[in-house]
Order: sequence, then structure tokens, then C-alpha cells
Amino acid sequence: MYQYNDKDQTLIDERVAQFRGQTERFLRGEIGEDQFRALRLMNGLYIQTHAPMLRVAVPYGLLNSRKVRKLAEIARAYDKGYCHISTRQNVQYNWPELEKVPDILQELASVQMHAIQTSGNCLRNTTTDHLAGVAPDEIEDPRPYCEIIRQWTTFHPEFAYLPRKFKIAVSATTTDRAATQFHDIGVHLVKNESGDTGFRILAGGGLGRTPIIGKIIKPYLEKQHLLSYLEAILRVYNLHGRRDNKFKARIKILVKETGVEKFTEMVNAEWQQIKNGMELSEQRINDIKAHFAPPAYLTNADQDKSFALHKKQDSEFATWIKYNTADHKIAGYRAVFISLKAPDSPPGDITHTQLDAIADLSDQYSFGEIRTTHRQNLVLADVKQADLHQLWQNLNTLDLATPNIGTITDIICCPGLDFCSLANAGSIGITKQINEAIDNQDYIHDLGDIKINISGCMNGCAHQSVGHIGILGVDKKGVEWYQITLGGSSENEAAIGDRLGPAVAKEHVVKTITTILDVYIQQRLEDESFLNTVKRVGITPFKEQVYANH
Amino acid sequence: MQIIKDQKIVENTWTYIPDDTKLPAEISDITVSLSRWNEEYDKLEKYQGKVGIRINPDDSIESLPPSVMKAALIEVNFPVFTDGRSFSLAQLLRTRLKFKGEIRAVGQFMPDQIFYLSRVGVNSFALENQESLADAISMFDDFSDSYQASVN
Repeated sequence: MYQYNDKDQTLIDERVAQFRGQTERFLRGEIGEDQFRALRLMNGLYIQTHAPMLRVAVPYGLLNSRKVRKLAEIARAYDKGYCHISTRQNVQYNWPELEKVPDILQELASVQMHAIQTSGNCLRNTTTDHLAGVAPDEIEDPRPYCEIIRQWTTFHPEFAYLPRKFKIAVSATTTDRAATQFHDIGVHLVKNESGDTGFRILAGGGLGRTPIIGKIIKPYLEKQHLLSYLEAILRVYNLHGRRDNKFKARIKILVKETGVEKFTEMVNAEWQQIKNGMELSEQRINDIKAHFAPPAYLTNADQDKSFALHKKQDSEFATWIKYNTADHKIAGYRAVFISLKAPDSPPGDITHTQLDAIADLSDQYSFGEIRTTHRQNLVLADVKQADLHQLWQNLNTLDLATPNIGTITDIICCPGLDFCSLANAGSIGITKQINEAIDNQDYIHDLGDIKINISGCMNGCAHQSVGHIGILGVDKKGVEWYQITLGGSSENEAAIGDRLGPAVAKEHVVKTITTILDVYIQQRLEDESFLNTVKRVGITPFKEQVYANH
Repeated sequence: MQIIKDQKIVENTWTYIPDDTKLPAEISDITVSLSRWNEEYDKLEKYQGKVGIRINPDDSIESLPPSVMKAALIEVNFPVFTDGRSFSLAQLLRTRLKFKGEIRAVGQFMPDQIFYLSRVGVNSFALENQESLADAISMFDDFSDSYQASVN
């Protein structure tokens, strides 16, 4: 993975010193609330319902064992012994003390980590495929480009006070696992007719209150122009994005109101003025690529016989392999998902003991690297098949081997009313109820690929509008209600879910979900997926059943 | 009032003349709005003191007349510190128009923004809080390096 040079380290150390000074000035009353708010947000610090929340950056979801041990140490020393993986592949602490945040940032800096630009109206953490570098269908490893974008976005002087937050996602595979169509900018690695790698650029996608699918504004961009093109988009957005209404300030509204053709013209006109002189050299790209060189894979890992034997003898293990591992580009290796969706724990939460144990397991089995996913799980990307059975046993004892990746209980869930000051309704409690109602593993596996996303308010941090089943908490005169949508997807066939009907009361949410599942079982053709069934039969059969008794 | 110019604290000599106020009879250094600059350019050209222009976030670089290059000072105004358009305007004044003169941040910006402002080409700063000037000067040194090219 990318290792800091002296410049990178100096910059994050200086950032810690800067924020320490700002915090001290705030505590002395020398900086106003509004000013400090902007400054602390750009250092990942929110003020929440119960306490501040600190969001730590995990650039493109990549960690190593040293970083994970530090996260565990911080959870013990500064929090209540756990942390949370967010849908932007970042890490959140829910209980730090404001006065101690500079100390936490200093701890993070000691392992090449930070909380820079994880919040606020600025360029946020760049995300990518959690299987980057190991996916069999990859054109090229996207992470070197993510790192190049990370450096460009970090402390960009011109774009620190944008109309609204700005998120970039990069994908390099035919199957989009980074929801690039729902980002302010989506970057796809593609090959042109002569076989050269370049980028397809999308702009104006987004979730939240007004979900919109991004539009292609540059079908093929030569790779040396990546940063000048991004800069052109950002300049057009910074100058023309709406600043009069927070809810219309994202780039998706600018693209929509300007029209994609006109917007593309504006970007291209700006780009023509700056493209010469901002080129990425082949040398620079190669220098960064060297940081992501493949680890020392065994060439005979697929010769191992024990893996097949274990699968045959141990059906629980075989089930876990089926759901919680993925194909790897190297024969004899698999990528392993660590499920943070055990039925009795809030989605994405992880304790300090689990973190320490995962760090050890990664050293033992996966070259010391760990990834975070936007579905709030972790990945050990490079496990050889001979080690899978032992790893599974270890994960089992840690309660990290629930075989539910990609199933109905692999729920994306925001912190909701329990933690977040923006929320209108609880989300963790709904997840718990769903887990209690749907606890038969065979039934869960029979349902297959169903993604439930639950957000506690319109801001949609859990991306409910692209959940196969989306659940959105709303407040009706102080009472929590939930709107249900069906048929959303953030994958290749990107779609925004359709509303089932009127919101349902909290006590009816689980019944509504189980009714939807019953209708699916009745309606599906052989092994047709939930999403395909919804597409084929439409929303009406579901609606009729759900509201039949209302 | 004191300002920061080229990283030093100096006395301010400039006054902004609002659109509804007559140009001062005595000779002084003045700035005016873009619309006044456009409408009264002949008169301003004959004015004895130095004349500069104040641009607001709503003003676009494309709308600036060629005469702006003759301005003795260009102020970029911050109605609120969160309005980041002034960062792009300063950047474009330096890189697109090649304006070499003084660019001054005025209005509601924070001392904590002067590092980024200086990197996009602002070289003087009129901070409303006069007590924070010494602190603000130290903020030019917040970072000793950068990932992006500076216009300077």
C-alpha cells in the first residue's frame, strides 16, 4: 500500500499542529462557533447528539495491521472500546472528547492516518472497489489513481469552501462495486480502441434528498489529463454551483439545472485553458503504481488439497466460503469478507478486541492488509485457500463469520436517532428487529441477493434510495415512521427505488418487510433474484399485499 | 486600520467608496464596485488618487473589462467566509488574466483561510479583527509544502 514520504508526513503533522491551535483558540473564545464549525468539520469532527463524532479517513478503504492496531488503541483510550465503519469506507468514533481530538489526530498521524476533509463542504475521501487489485475482471488496479486523486484533493487551496460536499469514486471493473454512478464524480478506468487505459468521467450523480444517476461527460480521457479534467469540473462547480439553498447545492443540481450538454461545454472550455502544464507524467504514475505492487503470492497455492476436503466435510465452512469469500485473480487465493453484521450487533460496529485480532489475522493470512467496504464490512483480500479453514475458525470465535454477505441481513444502516443529531428516526433498532424476525439461515440464503439499506433521515447516509429494499425514517409529529422503497440499485444497472406507498409505523416495519419477502417468494421464477422480480412484476403486487390490511 | 501585505503588517491607505457615495474631493486611494468602474470609468481615469476595483463572488472573470488590468488594487470580497468563489476568482485573476498587481481579501474571511488564499494569489489581507493580525501572520507558515502548484 502507499507509504508516506517525508512530505506526506510533514503535511499531516503540520495539520495536527494547525488544528490543535484552532481548538485551543476556540476553547479560549477566540474563534466563533460558526468559524470553528467549518474548521473542525474539515478535520472530521462533528458535534452529535451525545458527544462529538470523529470521522477518520481511510483513503480508498485500505488499511494495514499497524493502522488497525492504532484504531483499536484509540477506541480503548479515547472512546468506549469500539468504532464504526461508514458507507464511505471511513472509521467513526462516537464518543471522543473535543479537547482530546488533537491528541487523537496526533496518534493517527504516527501511523500515516488522519481525519482530513472527512466532512465539510470540501473534497472528501475518494472511494473505490473493495476488491481493487485482486478482482479477476479488473482492467487495471485503480488504487494508484485513487492515491493521485487523494494527494490532489488534500489541502487543495481553491476548493476548500465549495457550495457543498464533493465525493469522487473510482472503478476499474465491469461490475461496479463503488457506486460510481451515484457520486459527484465517477471515474471509470476503460480501454480505448488502441488498448490504452484511460478514464470515462461521469458527473452529477448523488444520493441524499434528490437521488440522481451521474451522466457521462467525457467518454474517454487520456490518463495524463486526469487532474486537469477534475480541476476543470471543480472550478465550474465552485463558481456556478448554487449557494443560496443547501439542499440544491450539490453538483447534481447544477448539472440538472444547467443541462448536461451545457455543463459539459463549460467543463471542456475550462479544461482547454488548463490542460497543458498539468499533465501527469508516466514517471509519476509509475512511482505511485510501485506502492501497489502485488504481494509475494505463492505460485502453487491452488495445488492445496485440504480446501476441497474441508468444504466437503464441513458444510458450515462451505456455506461461509459461498457467501463470505470472493474469487481472486490469482489461482488458489480468495478474498475474504469479515462480516460486521452479526445479528446482535449494530451494522458496521467493531470492538477494539476484534480490531486487534483482525490485525493479527491479516499479518498471519493476508500480507498484513485490511480493507473497508462501503457496505460496512471488512475484507482480507489475499488469503490462500489452504488457510481459509483456519481463518474461518478464528473469525467464528470472534463473532465475525456470520455467512450473510450480500444477503438480507447484510444491512447498510446509518447511526440514526441513537447517535446522530440530524436523524428523524431510529435505524439501528429497525435492523435489530429485522434480524430477530429473519433469523433462519436457510431462509436467508434461499432469499439470495437482497440489499436492505436503512437511513434515519432524508440525508440518506445509508443510501436507502438505492437499496433493493430501502427504509427511510421520517418524523411525523414527533413519532417515527418509515417510508419503504423497492427496486433501487447502486450497481451497474443503477436505479432509484420506487416508493411502495404511505409510510408505515415503527411497529409495522418488520411485518411490511416479511410481507414483501412473501410476495417475492410467491412471484419469483426459479432462481430469479429479488431485484429482477421487482423489475418484472412491478411494485403493485407488493403494494397490494402490504396495504391489504391497512 | 492595519492590514497584512506581503506577509507584513502595514497601514492601510485604501477606502472603498460605496456606489451611492460621491468620490472623495481630497486625493486618496479608493476602490469601487465593478458596476461603478464600468459606468464611471472616464471619471475614475481622471481621478487624482489611485483607483482600484472591488469584485464580489457574483462577478465573473469573463465579465471584467480589459481596463481591470490597470487597476491599482483588486479586492476580492467575502460576504461570508464560506463563499469559496473568491478563491477561484483570485486564481483566475492571476492565471487567466495574468494580473500582477495587489489582490486583497476583504470582508468576512477568517485568518485561518489566509494560507489557502495566498496560494491562489491573494497577497494582502484586510482582517476586520485587528487583534488577530500577529496570529494571522504566523498562519502563512501553517504548512511548509503542498500537493498543488501555487500561482505564486
